[in-house]
Amino acid sequence: MLENFRDTQFYKSIFRGGGVPKSRRQRMMVVLNSVFLHLHPVRLPKHAVKLKFTWCMGGLTFFLFLIETISGILLMFYYRPTIEYAYTDIIDLAEQVPFGIMREIHRWGAHAMVITVWLHMFRVFMTGSYKPPREFNWAVGVILLLLTLLLSFTGYLLPWDQLAIWAITVGSNMARATPFFGSEGPGASLLAIGDINFITMASDARFALIGGRFMGEAALLRFYVLHCIGLPFIIMIFMAIHFWRIRKDGGISTPV
Amino acid sequence: MTETKPKKSVTKPASQRPPAALGKAKTADEITRRSFFSWLSIGWVAFIAATGGFFTMMLRFFFPNVLFEPVQTFRAGYPEDYTIGEVDLRWKDKYGVWLVRNEEGIYALSTVCTHLGCTPNWLGLEQKFKCPCHGSGFYKTGINFEGPAPRPLERYKIILADDGQIIVDKTMVYQKEKNQWNNSEAFLKV
Repeated sequence: MLENFRDTQFYKSIFRGGGVPKSRRQRMMVVLNSVFLHLHPVRLPKHAVKLKFTWCMGGLTFFLFLIETISGILLMFYYRPTIEYAYTDIIDLAEQVPFGIMREIHRWGAHAMVITVWLHMFRVFMTGSYKPPREFNWAVGVILLLLTLLLSFTGYLLPWDQLAIWAITVGSNMARATPFFGSEGPGASLLAIGDINFITMASDARFALIGGRFMGEAALLRFYVLHCIGLPFIIMIFMAIHFWRIRKDGGISTPV
Repeated sequence: MTETKPKKSVTKPASQRPPAALGKAKTADEITRRSFFSWLSIGWVAFIAATGGFFTMMLRFFFPNVLFEPVQTFRAGYPEDYTIGEVDLRWKDKYGVWLVRNEEGIYALSTVCTHLGCTPNWLGLEQKFKCPCHGSGFYKTGINFEGPAPRPLERYKIILADDGQIIVDKTMVYQKEKNQWNNSEAFLKV
């Protein structure tokens, strides 16, 4: 019965390569021909699955990213990024929506993800896995760390409570001090024609970030879009490069 | 796994091969190496211009022409509404401004801490502004004296309207460290 099903065009069109893999080469082809499996290495050295060596922190980080993605999409069904509704929607999510723990999962998952990223980085450093030929992947990892922190930063504003507003007020005020492109940064007055200054409070880096001269509606919307679409899009591109390079650089590094 | 069929010969018989001289013949619609490269460079220039143009559009897109922000200029009543020697809190929540009246006149202090932008509180007993975030302290004049704040609070433009009411304009800022407090619009003489 199963054998007959394997012979149908339906089965063959989905699972290419045909038949039960019998040889080592065929098993390899199964992995390489599957869009989901091909992210994985075809074969692993024994030490690579030892928890003692890897701590599984990279894997945990990716797992947490998936948790954040799924719980985040669920939260988007209830949350409205406006000053009028943002805070009450968060309260609603905790008290009225079934499984109000979803918002807590998203929040604690975010905290955990920052921690696992740091621990992953620490492990990679202590095992010397940043050394050639893996130096480029270390640099990609640093970008991923930055993107993780930016995701945390943008998500922090969304509840629109006092903690969020002041944290982002303080955080975005730092952008004023950007060299050349911040209104209070060094060199900002150089970008001017005569008395007309191009870098003002309404045209500097901070303005681009929060969409206004003051913390308000525009900032909430910008951070929402960045948090839900912009940054996840960018981080997924870098994650693909990161995982791909692990294999291309010779898999998980070997203990000396 | 998959059986490989014996490859068929792809060599064509001599009669079907193009004559060697054909490549050198000059016809009107023929693309030479030179014209190919000039078209290619035009193509690249066009591509880069289009991409650059779109990125410029993207950048400009983030700076809207109209801002839906709170009004920056407001009427604050008559000078007689303010008691001499007191810090007035009535515009703090709505506009982020303290109006302070002393013997000579009135000035409008910004409620934005010069350290990292929190809102200090006026402590009447201690006669100082104290920031709850990092502990910066300012005298009633707005001059900083404790905590991490690097410079005095800013003052806003304050003038009298024709009907005798006070007008505070938050778009004009005067900073002590730039000697702008001496400006006639930074202090309303009463």
